[in-house]
Amino acid sequence: MYKIGMIGDRDSVIGFMALGFSVFEAKDSQEAGKILHRLVKSEEYAVIYLVEDYAEKMESELDKYKDLPLPAITTMPGIHGSTGYGISNLRHAVERAVGADILFNNNN
Amino acid sequence: MAGINVNPTRMELKKIQTRYQTARKGHKLLKDKRDELMRQFLDVVRENKVLREKVEMALGQVYHSFSIAGAVGNPQMLQEALICPKKECALDVSYRNLMSVIVPQFEIQVSDAGVDSCNYGLAFTSGELDASVKELNGIQEDLIRMAALEKTAQLLAQEIERTRRRVNALEYIMMPQYLATIKSIKMKLDENERGNTTRLMKVKDMMLKAQREQRIEEDDEIFYEAHPDERPEEEEA
Repeated sequence: MYKIGMIGDRDSVIGFMALGFSVFEAKDSQEAGKILHRLVKSEEYAVIYLVEDYAEKMESELDKYKDLPLPAITTMPGIHGSTGYGISNLRHAVERAVGADILFNNNN
Repeated sequence: MAGINVNPTRMELKKIQTRYQTARKGHKLLKDKRDELMRQFLDVVRENKVLREKVEMALGQVYHSFSIAGAVGNPQMLQEALICPKKECALDVSYRNLMSVIVPQFEIQVSDAGVDSCNYGLAFTSGELDASVKELNGIQEDLIRMAALEKTAQLLAQEIERTRRRVNALEYIMMPQYLATIKSIKMKLDENERGNTTRLMKVKDMMLKAQREQRIEEDDEIFYEAHPDERPEEEEA
């Protein structure tokens, strides 16, 4: 049995406590990075949600865990709204696989 | 494309021909694998995109209603209500083999004390909070599914990238190299063959010439024996 982790600023993540996620507050992306590292290392978490505002600033950290089968680190918009990072992440995956962006080119 | 540097012998030729055949078969297989991976990947990405847009929209609403809940009550109330959840959320992870890429699948297990989605006392909290928690509960499944799809997309992308590189390496480096080597060995062998033939022809010519000269001499001898007066005078040594 694995747990679900949630990292972000207080306002964004507080609601997820109600779902029974393990919620971790982080004041900035550096702290979020530390927490993320700890969670990945503990191997208890299958899914870790990360607020986009922080994820944008820790791309290199996220790339390290990209190719592991677990955990699945997924970004989601914080309370300030979507920054489009999640979709752009998807676009990067398409670019990586196909060599060119063939799905999202009409969006941006 | 320069071939591989090997001795132009029949044995090397056979060896490289086998390697070329293997490379060709491997190339075909990898190409098929890449195409199938790509198909699956695009399906996953499309679904993921739709799901993400849906989740992001729903999350926007959830945040919105949470802020309202926070505004109606007070922030302390909000945290107090939520900080000690009654239910625990756990994930069952199973793995699926997608074209030999192992991708995780998540199944959510909620150890719920009751059917009630609100796991806090109702006395000191506002109705807005109940509504927002309910909304959040609604997108929980989608959130988990999105995480699985996103991971699948990442893993597939990695595998496709690797397969594509292999296919290209085989197609544009290995196979032309083998072909060039095979051609050069064949040319060298043919050249040797031609050299051998001309040598044989030359030797045969020489042998024939020698035979013919000997026969002429023998014929002359017979002729002169029949007509001794026509024999040219032998020079005295």
